[in-house]
Amino acid sequence: MAFLNIQDLKIYYKTIRGDLKAVDGISFTLEEGKNLGLVGESGCGKTTAAKAILRLLPENGRIAGGKIIFRDQDIAQLSYEKMRRLRWNNISMISQSAMNALNPVIRIDKQIIEAIRTHENTTKKETLQRAVELFKLVGLEAKRLKAFPHELSGGMRQRAIIAMALALDPDIIIADEPTTALDVVVQDKILKKILTLQDQFNSSMILITHDISVVAEICDKICIMYAGKVMEFGTTSKVLKDPRHPYTMGLKNAFPSILLEQKELISIPGYPPDLVNPPIGCPFFNRCPFGDEKCKDEQPPREYINDDHWVYCHYADQYQDFREKATQGSTWEAVRKRQQELGVV
Amino acid sequence: MTENNSIIKVKNLKKYFSLKSGFISTIVGKEEKFVRAVDDVSFDITRKKIIGLAGESGSGKTTTGEIIALLQKPTDGKIVFNGKKINDLSGKALVEFRRACQMVFQDPYETLNPRFTVRRSIEEPLLINGWGNENKRFEKVKDALERAELRPAEDFMYRFPHELSGGQRQRVAIARGIVLDPVLLVADEPVSMLDVSIRAGILNLLRKLRDNMGLSMLYISHDLSTIKYICDEVIIMYLGRIMEKGPTYEVLSQPVHPYTKALIASVPVSDPDVKREEAEIKGDLPDQIDIPEGCRFAPRCFSANDRCQSEEPELYSIKKGHQAACFLCEPK
Repeated sequence: MAFLNIQDLKIYYKTIRGDLKAVDGISFTLEEGKNLGLVGESGCGKTTAAKAILRLLPENGRIAGGKIIFRDQDIAQLSYEKMRRLRWNNISMISQSAMNALNPVIRIDKQIIEAIRTHENTTKKETLQRAVELFKLVGLEAKRLKAFPHELSGGMRQRAIIAMALALDPDIIIADEPTTALDVVVQDKILKKILTLQDQFNSSMILITHDISVVAEICDKICIMYAGKVMEFGTTSKVLKDPRHPYTMGLKNAFPSILLEQKELISIPGYPPDLVNPPIGCPFFNRCPFGDEKCKDEQPPREYINDDHWVYCHYADQYQDFREKATQGSTWEAVRKRQQELGVV
Repeated sequence: MTENNSIIKVKNLKKYFSLKSGFISTIVGKEEKFVRAVDDVSFDITRKKIIGLAGESGSGKTTTGEIIALLQKPTDGKIVFNGKKINDLSGKALVEFRRACQMVFQDPYETLNPRFTVRRSIEEPLLINGWGNENKRFEKVKDALERAELRPAEDFMYRFPHELSGGQRQRVAIARGIVLDPVLLVADEPVSMLDVSIRAGILNLLRKLRDNMGLSMLYISHDLSTIKYICDEVIIMYLGRIMEKGPTYEVLSQPVHPYTKALIASVPVSDPDVKREEAEIKGDLPDQIDIPEGCRFAPRCFSANDRCQSEEPELYSIKKGHQAACFLCEPK
């Protein structure tokens, strides 16, 4: 049973040019104890969606429609005070840049204790004890609690952030590119740590990343986003093994792999549309090799492949033909030519 | 490899950064400390080949690249370009070298002057080198843009960086790098800031430049999967030293050094059915000031023995062109 349910969520940013529709009607679900990977290019709205779940949007951003249902209540409608209690207690966040998430002039123990004591009535001593345990869990020595953030390496800082995110045993952890700034060896260790801890705490996670391979390794479900919309959603292995959306196919062909023998990587020509004036039809239309008039004029409906795999494409039934063509460089080269003729480069 | 075949040869390259200690400790004669960023590194860049320089942050790969581009002076060692030592080039000879060796940086948002049009940015190196007249320069800029696959070139000439996407900016940076027809390009993490869908395009472009222009390249990256895609040879660095080097395919499919093995095993795999092996590596990267004695990887290595703690292994040959600095592959 889904315990976080996002329905037709819309988030707009006010700009001088008009509303920027960063997230425009996305729906997905997160199940208890499971991991969801939110994948897409920069500017596709994945971080914005995550911030909305915590109601941490910047001042010019607003939830313009839709619902974020968590345990029978709509987060979008909660009062400030109720929301404040929900944060960290129920939903916590691991941010990308640990250096920016920690206060550089306060020792780490103080920062953890402050976070815990803001939400719970405990004594300082108990809290400190808890902090020591948390540090042990994430694989840091207790003496590091007394350190300032700059005294720790990147990997250690990220571990400290994870310890803080787990401090109040949250139901959902939102991890925004938790390992992007780290080296592969450290990334590997941190991801494994997150997985074991999550198992221990039985919490769910939304992992935001542009790295499909990270999602392939640790997420049960994957949600492919593009230009503020969901393109494809489903079980990770299904979506990656049996992609139905041309964008997912394109991403797969563009992704270098260390194991597979790849003759040619193919990039997707062009770039995402302007979200102040988003296209009327399918947002991927001008980069898609298979689009036609219908795609240009009409938004594709949700097509179910089965109960937990769906795709937004008018021609989802032609996936086999698409998939074969998508592996050929010439297919995408034709898109580039079309874009040049239309002058949309 | 014969002398003719290599475009750049570095020998026993060292770069130590001094940690300036205070006035008092100088008086009391405290020992001066160094960060040994690059510590005795030798390799060749072969003509028309892309050489990958891989390693974690702090491994000295960027410093090595900057020394080769003569942006930093080495503490010790020799850099030979086309058979001539270039450590102390100055004046005209230095300008001539800079024409032949260009750099492309990681962040296309910061390397382009936001107040320059694309044309001006690419024309800058031509102006500095006093190249041709205005018409000729215009044609040259146009040609560079087209080679960087920004077509039609006229559409891009008068745009400003903020009017371009990330991938297009990196292409402008590459166009600027190749406008003087260099023979060597040092590319420092050229795709790590770009989105996956665009990354492939830049990698393909670099490949084409090698094949069509005969450009040699030093490709610096921490990402082994992109290295696998475009590099002919790869050099694995750890704490300022070469751990393993050789033909990319061989090093990545049959790694010998425990560090290379751990590095490869740490890369996540995009196929959900594949279960990776556990990466065998202990602890964290040690402090670069107190580099461990003996093999510098020994404290994190599962195969280390007493000898590794005290003696530093040299690069041993495994196969033609494939070498590793580990006692495991020392010839008996």
